Amino acid sequence: MTERLLGPFNRVEGDLEVRLEIADGQIQSAQVVSPLYRGFETMLPGRAPLDALVIVPRICGICSVSQSAAAVTALRQLTGLTPPDNGRLAECLITAGENVADHLTHFYLFFMPDLARPAYAARPWHGRMAERFEAVKGQGAAEFLAARAAFMHLQGLMAGKWPHTLTLQPGGSARPLHQAECLQLTALLRSFRRFLEQRVYGGPLEAFAALAAPEELNDWRRRHPGDLSLFLEAAEDLDLARLGRCDADYLSFGVYEAPEGRLFPAGVWSGGRLAPLAPERISEDLSHAWMRSETLPDADKPGAYTWCKAPRYGGQVMQTGALARQLVAGQPLLHRLVAEQGGGVLARVLARHIEVARLLPEMEAWAARLIPGQPWCAPTPEWPRQGAGVGLTEAARGSLGHWLEVEEGRIRRYQIIAPTTWNFSPRDEAGVPGALEQALTGLPVAADDPMPVNVQHVVRSFDPCMVCTVH
Amino acid sequence: MTAPLNLLWLQSGGCGGCTLSLLNAEQPDLFQRLEDAGIRLLWHPSLSRESGDEALAILRACAEGRERVDLLCIEGSIMTGPHGSGRYHLLSGTGRPMMDWVRELTARARHTLAIGSCAAFGGITALGDAGAVGLQFSGDQPGGLLGGAYRSGSGLPVINVAGCPTHPGWVLDTLLALALDRFSAADLDLLQRPRLYADHLVHHGCPRNEFYEFKASAEKPSDQGCMMENLGCKGTQAHADCNTRLWNGAGSCLRGGYPCISCTEPGFEHPGHPFAETPKVAGIPIGLPTDMPKAWFVALAALSKSATPRRVRENAVADHIVVTPAVKKTGLK
Repeated sequence: MTERLLGPFNRVEGDLEVRLEIADGQIQSAQVVSPLYRGFETMLPGRAPLDALVIVPRICGICSVSQSAAAVTALRQLTGLTPPDNGRLAECLITAGENVADHLTHFYLFFMPDLARPAYAARPWHGRMAERFEAVKGQGAAEFLAARAAFMHLQGLMAGKWPHTLTLQPGGSARPLHQAECLQLTALLRSFRRFLEQRVYGGPLEAFAALAAPEELNDWRRRHPGDLSLFLEAAEDLDLARLGRCDADYLSFGVYEAPEGRLFPAGVWSGGRLAPLAPERISEDLSHAWMRSETLPDADKPGAYTWCKAPRYGGQVMQTGALARQLVAGQPLLHRLVAEQGGGVLARVLARHIEVARLLPEMEAWAARLIPGQPWCAPTPEWPRQGAGVGLTEAARGSLGHWLEVEEGRIRRYQIIAPTTWNFSPRDEAGVPGALEQALTGLPVAADDPMPVNVQHVVRSFDPCMVCTVH
Repeated sequence: MTAPLNLLWLQSGGCGGCTLSLLNAEQPDLFQRLEDAGIRLLWHPSLSRESGDEALAILRACAEGRERVDLLCIEGSIMTGPHGSGRYHLLSGTGRPMMDWVRELTARARHTLAIGSCAAFGGITALGDAGAVGLQFSGDQPGGLLGGAYRSGSGLPVINVAGCPTHPGWVLDTLLALALDRFSAADLDLLQRPRLYADHLVHHGCPRNEFYEFKASAEKPSDQGCMMENLGCKGTQAHADCNTRLWNGAGSCLRGGYPCISCTEPGFEHPGHPFAETPKVAGIPIGLPTDMPKAWFVALAALSKSATPRRVRENAVADHIVVTPAVKKTGLK
């Protein structure tokens, strides 16, 4: 048995270390280590409830709006506020804007550069891959950064800036748009659609989102050259569908509370069946975290190996992210892929693209329904001195929950469970490893490879956000 | 053509938001901007190919002086806890506190830049009890990890590109000025921030200026009026060019409908009042505009309030224009 320490594991958001035990050319067990502790849950108690809107986005520079949306949802429960339609639509647009940008940032900057590594120089697709996706130098990254920056004008227009906006409020949006600004919004969404259809998908978004079977996906790849098809070609060659599979159940809190209802529903996908979400079944296990209580650290705790707590749902390990969201939402292509090949690297990456292709048309429709002159934000009534609120939402990388308690007008308790806390959870008291730890176990690795590329594919396929994980 | 400058970027106790903000650079994009400035990205945790041992080899070469570090950018505060051990952030793969890596690398760097208010002053991370400090400041007190006497190889102290997050332009303008050798100690303000953005106030260019002039104030989120009197806005005090440079195309906090929380200032995380409420004594905000004598402010505010046109007064508490400006002939008669 040899042990290997992989770190700094970069091109994830934040700092990450992975420890492996290897024997017989296979990973026998894995430990995922979140090495940074900042203590956000100790910062909030004693403060005015609205101060959470300044502090929690700063947990994370990449899921900043989602953190804000979770806090807003919790505060909304506390105050009983209902945002007007413009407010709801603005929140959908700002949140979707972040999530779409995050999905593509992950694809272009974090995940794909590994396929451009010299290790794949002998593969027939490598030349094209390196030209598009070599880290820092690839043409794809340059084109994406320009398109992303222009798309982020949505945040400048609707949220002041990104990251770390205060526009989302319990009553709705603090940023009313005038007629001219609504038109600018429409124009920038159309411009971003052009980038997606020309460079990423090689075809209409609606047609891609409607693919229902693996054969249709293969057909799309042959007919629609683009960055996504290049990934699909490599994925087939490397059998990424079967790489890094994880059998844990899939969790989604649901997201995009449009006036007519939620776009992506909440639920648990378990053994090919959908079950309703029961938030009271969520618990946190501290057995392997350097924590002596839910908020207080203990760097010397015996048996602990990470700052990450281990959330469980009904005592079970969960995986979360775009794949979970789309399985719960009933996306047929992903249902077939997971049923036939399991949930591996291909399904996780593909789910993000399906989601982007579904979201952009929704964003266009939401933007068309904004009505200047109608209200954007319901006035806040007298703040309750006591009460509680739960904010459940979905960041790009999965389920995000905030639990807030207020006493004598101040925050008494504020607990956060972030997406990667689920996916990169350590073992629990029963010794059951977290989702990534399970997905890595059994992977073949060469004895002399210091940083196996298949391990990198699996780890990055979860789109981890380490700063959220521990917070 | 001279050899490109090597840029090494590290992250510690922060949210990564300054890097994500940097990706918002446009016309041209981030990578082209660096190339055009003659800067080579030696390693960046979010962007570089090298991972694990490959990355450590680069860091070790820098720390041992075998690789030149012209520009060292540190993002996030330095975690010195618990009890000064730095164990709240061990650089992964090394078992060694990031604090120690930073000490070693800053001793080799030609220029050291603190990217964001966490790295500069401690920032939001310093709200916790994990011993988060800035590189050369703890709040507004000189010291931090490196001590007030620290100078990088160039003779400059740490350059504090403060902001939460930083604007991509603040970082890239500073890097370009350094690359062009157009940056000296005289280009830093008292808090060691680049004066190219810190000599301005957030107030400059605020589109709510007419409301400010007449003290026509917003009362609740989504109102169009000035946010200084009721909603906690510190734009008249905070140093930054947010409303002339603009964020993500055409944005800023004030344009986004929310107050300036003075995120470029040390200690902004401890305002001493709820962020979105203005503390007042006898109805007068405690924090007056920078350089404004209090008596004059009170006198002018009283006068301008009484002179407020109906259009400005009514629009200030509405979420859209309810009274349009009168149409008049603007030519001389």
